[in-house]
Amino acid sequence: MTDFLNAFIVLANFVLVPGIAYGSQLALGALGVTLIFAILRFTNIAHGDTMAFGAMITIFVTWALQAAGVSIDPLPTALLALPVGIAATAVLVLATDRFVYQFYRKQKVEPVMLLIVSVGVMFVMNGLVRFIIGPDDQRFTDGERFIISSRTFKEMTGLAEGLAIKTTQGITVVTAILTVAALFWFLNRTRMGKSMRAYSDNEDLALLSGINPERVVAVTWVIVAALATIAGVLYGLDKSFKPFTYFHLLLPVFAAAIVGGLGNPLGAIAGGFVIAFSEVTLTYAFKRVIGYLVPEGMEPSGLVQLLATDYKFAVSFAILVIVLLFKPTGLFAGKNT
Amino acid sequence: MSQTMRGTLLFLLVAGLILATGFLQSWNSALLILNMGLISAIMALGVNLQWGFAGLFNVGIMGFVALGGLAVVLTSMPPVGAAWAAGGARMLLALAVGAGAIVAAIFAWKSVTPGRKRALVMTAVLVVGYIVYRQLFDPARAAIEAVNPTLEGYLGGAGLPVVFSWPVGMALAAGAAWLIGKTALGLRSDYLAIATLGISEIIIAVMKNEDWLSRGVKNVNGLPRPMPYEVDLQNDPGFVEAATGYGLDPVTASTLYVKAGYSLYFTVVLILLLVLAQLALRSPWGRMMRAIRDNEVAAAAMGKNIKKRHLQIFVLGSAVCGLAGAMMTTLDGQLTPATYQPLRYTFLIWVMVIIGGSGNNFGAVLGGFLVWFLWVQVEPLGQVFLQVVTSPLTDGSPLKEHLLDGAAYMRLLTMGLLLLVVLRFSPRGLLPER
Repeated sequence: MTDFLNAFIVLANFVLVPGIAYGSQLALGALGVTLIFAILRFTNIAHGDTMAFGAMITIFVTWALQAAGVSIDPLPTALLALPVGIAATAVLVLATDRFVYQFYRKQKVEPVMLLIVSVGVMFVMNGLVRFIIGPDDQRFTDGERFIISSRTFKEMTGLAEGLAIKTTQGITVVTAILTVAALFWFLNRTRMGKSMRAYSDNEDLALLSGINPERVVAVTWVIVAALATIAGVLYGLDKSFKPFTYFHLLLPVFAAAIVGGLGNPLGAIAGGFVIAFSEVTLTYAFKRVIGYLVPEGMEPSGLVQLLATDYKFAVSFAILVIVLLFKPTGLFAGKNT
Repeated sequence: MSQTMRGTLLFLLVAGLILATGFLQSWNSALLILNMGLISAIMALGVNLQWGFAGLFNVGIMGFVALGGLAVVLTSMPPVGAAWAAGGARMLLALAVGAGAIVAAIFAWKSVTPGRKRALVMTAVLVVGYIVYRQLFDPARAAIEAVNPTLEGYLGGAGLPVVFSWPVGMALAAGAAWLIGKTALGLRSDYLAIATLGISEIIIAVMKNEDWLSRGVKNVNGLPRPMPYEVDLQNDPGFVEAATGYGLDPVTASTLYVKAGYSLYFTVVLILLLVLAQLALRSPWGRMMRAIRDNEVAAAAMGKNIKKRHLQIFVLGSAVCGLAGAMMTTLDGQLTPATYQPLRYTFLIWVMVIIGGSGNNFGAVLGGFLVWFLWVQVEPLGQVFLQVVTSPLTDGSPLKEHLLDGAAYMRLLTMGLLLLVVLRFSPRGLLPER
């Protein structure tokens, strides 16, 4: 029985807890992508860099707060700075929409044209972020490091294996749940949210019933800015902030959105967790887990790792292709236009 | 102004810019820009085949370029005999088993009647295949990588002259494109984009991690070259005499000679490809491709096989990118998988095609040269610009230092703005499709 518990704790420590945290971050990112797709009807390549921009502003405000001696210990100061980051990102994306996307929206261009436009936006945002904060790693985490550390857990339970839960992981999950709950409340219960869903379902009918399209679009961008900033800051708190990694997050985020069904918010969340858990599970070395479960003397000699960690992109991608081949609209039927 | 006129003027402008670099900076930098401009133009031609002719949105250019680079190593490096003896045969067997398992799984999927049984059979084939593959692969890999790991630790290549690697690069990229096209081409354009983006990241991941194949992040240095080494030229009395005869010092003359030699090779390839692309564009085949691009349903109704034609042009375009990748690695003289970045090798090529004019081969070539020139020159220009902007600040102030450090990222900003401006005011590019 202790062996079984130990095996479970190892699994929880290295697969379940990181998977849940990473899944929440991907889900928030994918929600942003999926909302843009549902309302503005294009695939936004610049989303990863929007996340980086929001995180960057939050980092600057965090540093300023830290310098001023403001602290909400044991929580990280970044949470206090988050609203400023969201506001700045909202201003940026609204300006981008006004000066770039609006022109093409009025012409009703093909979605692929908007995709190419978003490549230009990506270049600009990418340059902007690297120009302002530089390409290096930035650390801005403070406050208590662990909710429960490995040693405390071992003392509490007397097990051989410890379970560590980082504060950032706890915050990630709680923030993600609050954000998603607020988003769904907004989409399902408020007048604006209903207008957005109506606009997404049938644009002409929505216009006919007097919905102001430009307001719907503006509100969408603000929500997307909030989601992107929250996702970016949580990822940065949990791992570290580096502009380059945010660009690379694009692939798992898109995979999550597509696997769940583009345009479907519920699907984006599910997709985020599917991708995160597959990545973590397939690249984890199961040697110790199996070591506890099989009788003595039968422990595996190898690492029992299905894929090297560097192939985690391959995992998101493989799932993406499998889903697209067998269920082209995603696990939850997404929009098809 | 007629379009031919406009095209001639724009090409003259680019030539002028490169010449100005030669006069104002140095002829070495001018030739460097010219060489990479030629390679960029070839990449842009490849992308133009896919996007301009057929409307396929491929964001995996980096992967094909990298495969071309791999081809140079596999073709031209001398084989490592000890590594082959240690695990070469086992490695080939392991790869054959892996490929066989996938083929068997596809065969099972196609031959067994749909239902739970089919899923079970396919999963079983894959699981068993994977276990056998790993049993063979892991020891073979360990054996190969243990052979002289500081210098070798990989299987090496075929030891052929380096120019042979260019067609090999085409073939490798074409093979990969065929596999990708078979699975992903039926998808909507934005799904295809994400799928190709993913594939290119995987290709780079393989090259970074499979040390037995490409030495991974340890890089392969000292690739054979089609041109003599500068040092040898400097020691050649005939060359030194000729150089001094022209009033050049032998060191500069040797570097210029080598670079100009590469330019000649690349120009021949570019002209050849450009002629072929023009012929293809004007041929019935080219008209059919554009017809498919403009209206798939109508073209299908006329009896055209959309899937096959798309696959065909996807493979062709990717092969051209593979060729350019092989040429680039030949020019660099080394394979460094860690330097492949999607911004530089995928999205910058897209900027070239869009700015030059998609659907127009000359436009793609022009975009290749022009954008590459800007990409190189914006950094020093940005440096100057920031010097001027920050001149009121005191020297050594942190803000000034920071701004000057950021000059390198001006080029990303500039490329983005340029793309947005062209898309807004001249959405069909500098040289639009006729």
